[in-house]
Amino acid sequence: MKSALKLAAALALALPFASQAHDTWMVPSSTVLSGVDSWITVDAAVGNDKFYFNHAPLRLDGLAVTAPDGSAAEAENVNRGKLRSTFDLQLKQSGTYRVAVVNEGVFARWKEDGKPKRYFGKPEGLEKALPAKADDLEVSQSAGRVETFVTAGKPTPVKPVGRGLELAPVTHPNDLYAGEEATFQFLLDGQPAADLGVTVVPGGSRYRDKIGEIELKTDKNGKFSVKWPQPGLYWVEARAEDAKVSVPKATKRRLSYSGTLEVLQP
Amino acid sequence: MRKLLLPALLAGAILRTAHAADLNLSVEIPRLDVAEYHRPYVAIWIENPDQSVATDLAVWYDVAKKNNEGTEWLKDMRQWWRRSGRNQQFPVDGVSGATKPAGRHALAFQSSAKPLSALKPGKYAVVIEAAREVGGRELLRIPFEWPPQKAETLGAQGEHELGAIALDLKP
Repeated sequence: MKSALKLAAALALALPFASQAHDTWMVPSSTVLSGVDSWITVDAAVGNDKFYFNHAPLRLDGLAVTAPDGSAAEAENVNRGKLRSTFDLQLKQSGTYRVAVVNEGVFARWKEDGKPKRYFGKPEGLEKALPAKADDLEVSQSAGRVETFVTAGKPTPVKPVGRGLELAPVTHPNDLYAGEEATFQFLLDGQPAADLGVTVVPGGSRYRDKIGEIELKTDKNGKFSVKWPQPGLYWVEARAEDAKVSVPKATKRRLSYSGTLEVLQP
Repeated sequence: MRKLLLPALLAGAILRTAHAADLNLSVEIPRLDVAEYHRPYVAIWIENPDQSVATDLAVWYDVAKKNNEGTEWLKDMRQWWRRSGRNQQFPVDGVSGATKPAGRHALAFQSSAKPLSALKPGKYAVVIEAAREVGGRELLRIPFEWPPQKAETLGAQGEHELGAIALDLKP
């Protein structure tokens, strides 16, 4: 029982869509900065209530920060607490940083001598975990991206990664203002993700009665627009499933994206 | 007739731009009775009808801090930072200046000199935005037409971070 609970907890942490109940997100201390060599600190967590740390920390194994010039930037003071993970980042360049936690893994379940077994982890470890005779084997591949954007000085273009499910800006992600409309595009392996369900959730639910989520759908070009009702942090989420697998024996690929955007008072 | 009209229009245009005009501003920073007071950061600019920036007139911040550290809070003048500040390198010649104490501060600009010499005839607004450490933020807008047809004084009154603003236009 205890190990089953542990496994469930591990799944919830690393594979957000495996546990429908919990979402993943990052909270940057600032998204728009002036000045030189400024620092930001970022919290990352898993939980239902957007931007309240009340469940579990987000694993930062897949943390990848991209500087404005496209190079990798190093996060400092990476720490994992009980309810959130944290790290610091110095913005040594002028422009827009992409701060992302990218998780790629596999989930497998099978029966061994009639007993249910499962594996979750890195694709490389799957072969070793599988017995010679695995009955009713089901393998799915996962690709998740949790991210946010931060700009020092003038916003610079954010280049698509071209892998997995991602949010490509039409409106710059650090140029968002309450009462104005912003447009984004969802890409799946670099191609427009048409007809994709998108959920936008404003932060601060503790101080109101309704969650106030905005349900949207991307158009045939993968684009969607949202008019921000008020300033604050917003969580943007989308999920997709297809059969474009790269892991042997996998039949399904599950993709997820969750981004944190800050909308300012004009 | 057309032949006559074109030179006449041109002459009119030349006359208008060549004619000297003045834009004088009086910006009041109010005296505040607060426990911890820091002089506000203030940005003053001329705005186009679409809210883009026609030209900056002044930015008052902690210019004397070492390593340009005073720029850290420029973003708190959030409208100006969005429209103008973030596109620039600091300090900006002829625009950056030190923060000012409480009181009335006069700024004078002539159509014959930069930045007004580049201002095309049209509708504009002077915008004044102030942001104060451990304090608030306030933005005031005074619409005007350039070049001025007659001498006039336009004004706006701030409520907490800014006091009385007077815009004097002289053709």
